[in-house]
Amino acid sequence: MLTAIRRITRAGFIGFWRSAYVSLASIFVLTITLFVVGSTMFVDQLLTTSLKTIQEKVDINVYFEPTANQEDVDTIRTAIEAFPDVEQVTYVSREEVLAKYREENQNDETALIALEELDENPFGATIAIRAKNTTQYESIARFIMEQQETISPQNPPVIDEVNYEDSKASIDTLTSIIDTVERASYVILIVMIVAAILITFNTIRLAIYTAREEIAIMRLVGASNMFIRGPFMVQGMMYGLAAGVFTILLFYPILSWLGPKTEEFFDGFNLFSYFVSNFSDIFLLLVGVGIVLGLISSLLAIARYLRV
Amino acid sequence: MIYFDNVSKLYADGRSAAIQEVTFQVAPKEFVSIVGHSGAGKTTLLKMIIAEDRPSHGQVFFESIDVHKIPRTKLPHYRRKIGTVFQDFKLLPNKTAYENIAFAMEANGRTDEEIAENVPQALALVDLDDKAFNFPNELSGGEKQRVAIARAIVNQPDIIVADEPTGNLDPIATYEVVQILRKINDLGTTVIMTTHNKGVIDELGRRVITMDEGRIVRDDVNGKYVL
Repeated sequence: MLTAIRRITRAGFIGFWRSAYVSLASIFVLTITLFVVGSTMFVDQLLTTSLKTIQEKVDINVYFEPTANQEDVDTIRTAIEAFPDVEQVTYVSREEVLAKYREENQNDETALIALEELDENPFGATIAIRAKNTTQYESIARFIMEQQETISPQNPPVIDEVNYEDSKASIDTLTSIIDTVERASYVILIVMIVAAILITFNTIRLAIYTAREEIAIMRLVGASNMFIRGPFMVQGMMYGLAAGVFTILLFYPILSWLGPKTEEFFDGFNLFSYFVSNFSDIFLLLVGVGIVLGLISSLLAIARYLRV
Repeated sequence: MIYFDNVSKLYADGRSAAIQEVTFQVAPKEFVSIVGHSGAGKTTLLKMIIAEDRPSHGQVFFESIDVHKIPRTKLPHYRRKIGTVFQDFKLLPNKTAYENIAFAMEANGRTDEEIAENVPQALALVDLDDKAFNFPNELSGGEKQRVAIARAIVNQPDIIVADEPTGNLDPIATYEVVQILRKINDLGTTVIMTTHNKGVIDELGRRVITMDEGRIVRDDVNGKYVL
């Protein structure tokens, strides 16, 4: 058994070198396939990251009444923080709002004088909320209003405004754009990969077609199916391995050139640093996909010549 | 050791036949030549022995085994008992002479020591020691056929089946190949050979089966080429 594996492996290596042109052609096509797969992956990563960046810019603000009881404000704040769909809560107290207003308007005499005219702080506290997902804003907004109802059914309202209604339209648009882009990128990914697999399969089938005479001879000499199939499987895997390495070598200069450009365009996301920091994962993925593709193609292609 | 029992092979149309009602047997250590015009059914007969082709009627036996009842997964084992030689040599083009012969042994599950010992012996038997590391396209027709014979005998099969082994060879190479086959037969291996070559048959002076239109028309123990 061990001898057979050793012989099969050696025969695979020898076959790989001696039919160099066929090997080269197969590796070339597999490299293109892996390049398509890798590119799709990177584009998907770019999309996801930029969508996340946009999503992070969306939030809802809760404006409290200046007259609101601090205890009630704290209760609502704690409730919001505990709400599962909420990603992040930024609380700004009345005093901080006032200080911020002063700072922003320090060159605006009238505004400052108007502020002095008032006896007390005219601002209410605010809470900025970011959800884990844009679709959750509606439920968060509803949750906040419910909180207000439970705290003070009779008393004057604690909350002045939840600005969800204003941003609802833009949130809805964004949500649908994200959905569409994600769905489209999945469809494109699947189409690309299916096309790439078909091309690879066909190339390797042609490579093995040139060997059909040899396969017939091997059968006549009394070689078992596994002994005939084995070297072709080894060759297929070697194509995959070589193509994986070539693809990585191809991506390196392209991404190092594209990296700074993506950083400018996508708000700080550098594709090249992503490539470098996830290098081992990407390498294993591409080489793995290459080896599996090469192996499966070889198996499928040779199956028809092994039927008696 | 080989027994054909009333074997017929019909073509797909069901009417014309490649061979019809053929019955004969081959004893161990015999050297049998099968002669006949092209299309007489010689090659079909050989293909049935190596289970490449199956009969429409009748049975083919190898010793007591019904050849066409061997399950497909067991066929490689069966074929290892038979050495095959073809008109077009059927060498693996990407392997050297040595590797072609070694491949048959590897496929047979022989050990590395056996291979290292037997392949040079087989090459010596066909007088090709000096061409061991040449590829088939670097060999002449006669040399290729000798490599093919070395490959056929290296596993010490019970029987050698040779289909027109001299068909593509010049007279000198033909003579050499026939001498080698005769030597193998003298060493105790059964040989079944088809041929067109009158000179080969007359020189051998062994059993000759003559076929015509799929039937055996003559079977002479000390045959001459009569058509």
